[in-house]
Amino acid sequence: MAGPRHISVSEASRPVLPRHAKLKYDETRRVWVILAPERVLAPDEIAVEVLQLCDGIRHVGDVADQLAAKYAAPRDAILTDVIAMLQDLADKGFLTEAREKTS
Amino acid sequence: MSDVLGNPAIPPDASDSLAVLEKQRSTAETFGIPLAVLLEVTHRCPLQCPYCSNPVELDRAGKELTTEEWKKVLTELAEIGVLQVHFSGGEPTARKDLVELIKHASDAGLYTNLITSAVLLTRDRLSELADAGLCHVQVSFQGTEDIAADRVAGYRGAHHKKIEVAKWTRELDLPLTVNAVMHRQNLHQLADIIQMAIDLDADRLEVANVQYYGWALKNRAALMPTVAQLDETTRIVEEARERLKGTLAIDYVVPDYYALRPKKCMGGWGRQFFNISPAGKVLPCHAAESITGLDFESVRSNHSIAWIWQNSDAFNRYRGTGWMKEPCKTCEFREIDFGGCRCQAFALTGDAANTDPACALSPLHETIFKQAEREAEGETNRFLYRNFAGGTLEPDPGESGKHGA
Repeated sequence: MAGPRHISVSEASRPVLPRHAKLKYDETRRVWVILAPERVLAPDEIAVEVLQLCDGIRHVGDVADQLAAKYAAPRDAILTDVIAMLQDLADKGFLTEAREKTS
Repeated sequence: MSDVLGNPAIPPDASDSLAVLEKQRSTAETFGIPLAVLLEVTHRCPLQCPYCSNPVELDRAGKELTTEEWKKVLTELAEIGVLQVHFSGGEPTARKDLVELIKHASDAGLYTNLITSAVLLTRDRLSELADAGLCHVQVSFQGTEDIAADRVAGYRGAHHKKIEVAKWTRELDLPLTVNAVMHRQNLHQLADIIQMAIDLDADRLEVANVQYYGWALKNRAALMPTVAQLDETTRIVEEARERLKGTLAIDYVVPDYYALRPKKCMGGWGRQFFNISPAGKVLPCHAAESITGLDFESVRSNHSIAWIWQNSDAFNRYRGTGWMKEPCKTCEFREIDFGGCRCQAFALTGDAANTDPACALSPLHETIFKQAEREAEGETNRFLYRNFAGGTLEPDPGESGKHGA
């Protein structure tokens, strides 16, 4: 069974998209999309970048480190934004956390 | 996202970095290929629900597209930019080639969703579907306990089997949506249905009030809820949504009879949606064949699906606002709801170009609302079950002693 449903995203979380939410580049419309049950979400470029880093291994803190280095931007501000975006996704039911053991 | 990570690619009207794609698309845009398509791969189904969304004239097995024809359709859909396909019916698992079709769709890059009554599934077959790449499973429920739910389905043992299949779905780590179709005779179970969805570890719950076309229109007197029931339903759904945020997503489809404004049916005719019938007809809505006088093109014709979507007469007949009559024609909401539902307008007024009577501006609104209210308060509870024979009336409980499937 899946892990606990309600995820509270923090710096220590190791989030990943669940099986039913697929990040994909839509060649026809030239946009990134998240395919989910009965929905197609359109993440912006930064959300895409964050999600590509969310592999269930990296911590949210690592993701913020990488983006802060890449954009030479304040890490605290980035961390706040990344957590807010991921929490929004979690609240919509499209984010899960890495499990202790993979099946 | 924030100013720190400012992003020029975000459309100005998107306040949210995860905007839903349909909502960003402007109404002035040309009619791009829909993101999702409904595939009604068969009309065969062991259940006999009196509100079935299939047309009253069902496609028989002999008319169904073959495996190779469906595969060609799936390849074509992926090529023209469709992202998601919903395998529905009838009961899609009644097709022996379903695993093969899901595999083909997955290989073509399509997100696959199975909308099923569940009663024909075995654990092995569900596992094969998961291995073939199935992304999501929706199981329909008729209620929360055997006797009442099986009576609605017209199939003994259905509810028990659905619970079993829902559990297998989660054991196989597939996401689950519980589809609950609601009407006067089961709305009192809504709170229990929400709890059932939680207990089954569902990700989503669709609380869909019956929409009254086809079979459901024939059964309207037995299904129409009262105004008080609907108020209570809305209250329960709103409370549960807040309480279960992040745990269970609840989609709520309100019945339009008691509304003042009609629904933007299908997002507007030929704007965001099409479905393909078992026989291969490309339709603007799954009920569209109920409108007589429209000729629907088939995937078996020598036209491509994209051509049919863009150019066929049936898709263009009620597209946009040019076809409208008064009061729609000059209505300030004409591009908000596109005059409601064409199938409902046809079924209730005889002309699909009339305003949907669900709209308070329709001259027929008052009459229909009053009739629905009378039916809701009435004593008619017997169902006309859906089948290929044109329907079978439920035995009179007065004669047979009690309800039973």
